[in-house]
Amino acid sequence: MRLSFAFAAATALIASFGANAAENQFDQLERGRYMAVLGDCAGCHTLPGGAPFAGGVALQTPFGKLVAPNITPDPETGIGNWSAEDFRRMMKTGIGHNGIRLYPAMPYPAYSRMSDGDIGDLWVYLNALQPVKNAVVANQLPFPFNIRLSLIGWNWLNFTPADFTPNPQKSAEWNRGAYIVEGPGHCGVCHSPKTWSGADKTNVALAGEVLQGWMAPKITSAPRDGLGQWSLDDITGYLKTGTNRFDIASGPMAEVVSNSTSKMTDADLRAVAVYLKDLPGETQTRSAIAADSAAMRTGAAIYADNCSACHGGNGEGTPKLFPRLAGNALTQQADATSLIRVVLAGSQAGATHAAPTAPAMPSLAWRLNDAQVADVLTYVRNTWGNAATAVPAEDVAKLRRQLQSGN
Amino acid sequence: MARKLPPKDVVIVGLGWTGAILAHELTEAGLDVVAIERGPWRDTATDFNIGYAPDELRYSVRRDLFLQPAQETLTMRNTSSQTALPMRDFGSFLPGTGVGGAGTHWNGHTWRFFPSDFNLKSHLTERYGAARIANLTIEDWGLSYDELESSYDRFEYLAGISGKAGNIQGKLQDGGNPFEGVRQREYPLPAMQMSYAPTLFAEGARSIGFHPFPTPSANLSKAYVNPLGIAMGQCTACGFCERFGCANYSKASAHTTILPVLMRKPNFEARCSSEVLHVNLDATRKMAKSVTYVDASGEEWEQPADLVLLCAYGLHNARLMMLSGIGKVYDPSTGEGTVGRNYCYQTNAGVQLFFDDKNFNPFIASGALGQTVDDFNGDAFDHGSVDFVGGAGINCIPTNGRPIGYRPVPPGTPRWGSAWKKATAENYLSVLGFSSQGSSYATRGNYLDLDPTYTDRFGRPLMRMTFDFPDNDIRMSHWVSDRMEEIGKALKPRQMVSSRRQKSWNSVPYQSTHNTGGAIMGTDPKKSAVNRYLQSWDVPNVFVIGASAFPQNAGKNPTGTVGALAFWAADAIRDKYLRNPGALVSA
Repeated sequence: MRLSFAFAAATALIASFGANAAENQFDQLERGRYMAVLGDCAGCHTLPGGAPFAGGVALQTPFGKLVAPNITPDPETGIGNWSAEDFRRMMKTGIGHNGIRLYPAMPYPAYSRMSDGDIGDLWVYLNALQPVKNAVVANQLPFPFNIRLSLIGWNWLNFTPADFTPNPQKSAEWNRGAYIVEGPGHCGVCHSPKTWSGADKTNVALAGEVLQGWMAPKITSAPRDGLGQWSLDDITGYLKTGTNRFDIASGPMAEVVSNSTSKMTDADLRAVAVYLKDLPGETQTRSAIAADSAAMRTGAAIYADNCSACHGGNGEGTPKLFPRLAGNALTQQADATSLIRVVLAGSQAGATHAAPTAPAMPSLAWRLNDAQVADVLTYVRNTWGNAATAVPAEDVAKLRRQLQSGN
Repeated sequence: MARKLPPKDVVIVGLGWTGAILAHELTEAGLDVVAIERGPWRDTATDFNIGYAPDELRYSVRRDLFLQPAQETLTMRNTSSQTALPMRDFGSFLPGTGVGGAGTHWNGHTWRFFPSDFNLKSHLTERYGAARIANLTIEDWGLSYDELESSYDRFEYLAGISGKAGNIQGKLQDGGNPFEGVRQREYPLPAMQMSYAPTLFAEGARSIGFHPFPTPSANLSKAYVNPLGIAMGQCTACGFCERFGCANYSKASAHTTILPVLMRKPNFEARCSSEVLHVNLDATRKMAKSVTYVDASGEEWEQPADLVLLCAYGLHNARLMMLSGIGKVYDPSTGEGTVGRNYCYQTNAGVQLFFDDKNFNPFIASGALGQTVDDFNGDAFDHGSVDFVGGAGINCIPTNGRPIGYRPVPPGTPRWGSAWKKATAENYLSVLGFSSQGSSYATRGNYLDLDPTYTDRFGRPLMRMTFDFPDNDIRMSHWVSDRMEEIGKALKPRQMVSSRRQKSWNSVPYQSTHNTGGAIMGTDPKKSAVNRYLQSWDVPNVFVIGASAFPQNAGKNPTGTVGALAFWAADAIRDKYLRNPGALVSA
């Protein structure tokens, strides 16, 4: 029954998007499934262990809590009553079925770059899913943000629907990468600095941003704190397996790798890498904090006792197991939130088929105080060729309070 | 009344080394597998936190990872003329519990037994005559070293064993064990970097003509990615292996080598804190149809399956067979029966050397970081002029310098107070210890059966252990102690203290967790519980995998051989049993 429904939907789409009438339905479903991978729809719309795309993952935004809705074709609680055009308009403009405005936690500013064909494929795929009855209250924001009317203003300020425009000066591969990064991949949602209203700052795209208590690092080609030291293979290896010679994905990026990038084609990963490596990154030099300062000396002692067993005496780490700290871009981000977080709360790396180990950093919050965490991180950020700002103990205290209160 | 669950292809009892290996191999073959583990789920990320893993009081003194006697214990006695009493505290040996089993808290010595260990009865009979072993009930395994070689290799590569081969394809290798059987290739990792104590021990042993070599170790000398793609780290020689889980991903166990891959498989499921009470047989008593287990809430469940694999600790495998009526329980008065037969242990002794001018830094240590002399192990030497068979490895493997447990002081020192503290301070850094790990050969009177009096919390009879060191083994151990004292003298210590093995076996002081036998493999269904494929002679859809299968114990740690047997049994199930279910060897 589901299949015939999907077939009907597919037929309807062929009319609305003008696809090739001889198109094989299976091919379109497969393309749609792949679009769901590129868009990491499962990342928000599938609860871990829950029914696929039945919704329920809560997103903590600076404005309050939003819960990703059920996008299975259930008529009552999902998108079963939507038309293909409803779906296309929502992806392009953020205005959903019956004219309801979506919060930009749904990354329609990125999805608006997607082609109608890709959106149509995705629609066919979503309609072929098992419908699941699961009512989700998406909007759990406090007043006044719970008033969707405010989104008109937000969109006016921050959002201009625009198709993706290829750059004819660049290769097809570069353009494919740009399309994925700016469009379905919506990388900027996490990695781009935000304005006061939560929109991407377009002039510093992908320069890193803190959200949900993690620092999504800079992924331009900046040499010290971006991907400057990473080769194309380093980038594709990281996205494919969650790990490379520098790092292991953890936190939200581990989920992205697990749900999305590890399932992308090698060609698309390479395209993404080519595009990211071509994004300009500033080349300003920074000198490390002097090794004989009090914080650095204390940090060195703490590092030897608490960190060196795994990360190595020289921050060299172990491939696929313990992240390398020396020369690691993540350790030298302008904002040390992720570093503070993993020291306080610990973190488990994601697992992929290619890198199944899923090693963990234990929580050290109970044995290191704020000043000690700050000092050891200042040491890590300024040793073995690393150079970055000192970590203030107040930043550690603040994040500790946040983690303890569950926000 | 047990609630019946949907059937599975395979049910595995116990998720330690053997359970995890079998589960991985059989899920790869496409079977739907459930493992039922009576202890808790444990993994490195959540349970072996580097911040508190080296908590000696919690893990070593209070034995946090071990089986507690209230959950299961056994009764013990030295001879069948005595009345056995329950062990209310595990002392002499410490069975594990929980995911990873005893393979969580092991030291990591990973041996292959000698080729002559596998056909021991025929080999010794041929070399010394049947009269030499008349008082022993030793047997051949029904499986040769050469047949098991590739399985040893697979276990070593799975676990990232660090060592130096002594014999590759018949060519002796400098620096390895010249007495070992032929291996096809080198260990996956080089031997660990030696600390000072084993280095000095090796110099002493070599100076009197012995052949020391680095102990093969599951503590990794280098970072490693195993054949399943799982990454492991280099051992940091922190000295917290035995009795501890490894927080550095650098000691091989099911957690660090198999479970990350196994747990991702849709055709595998682990049910923890669930204790199997017995295996249920059909009306013919020739087929197992299910197992009954109790979960953490006390609920009873029946799990039907086509294949039942007993992968618990060896002693518990034997007891589950007895409780389930799989095979006949051994009776020493008639010599009949197979389950419980040939229980063996390990025959150990030690030497301590006290020096004035040495600093061994004993805290730089790891469970298997050391040197071994195998010149007097098994039948590596001619027993023509001695009055025993068997032998012992001599091991200088200073596993730790932990602050509570490691307090070497000379005999005569008070057990407490300022004199004890002073002696501790004087000797902590400057004592070198080494020990013999001796073979344990089966006798008619050493065995396991069910206790007639004592029961567990479910009302099941406890297992009863009847064991004392056989005279043969005591003579062997004394002779090897003589050799150890020769090494000790060569090192010219201020004082040498030799602790020789004496009768009778005492269950209180820790000696070894190498309990073997009780469900031994062999060629004769009257004398063995399982055939050469670890398959029950009596109930062919039950396989019993572990040290329970050893007909007698060698002078070596059992885990390497246990791991190899797991691969061997998995191959037999996949390549032989699944194609033609039934007895793989006709009785």
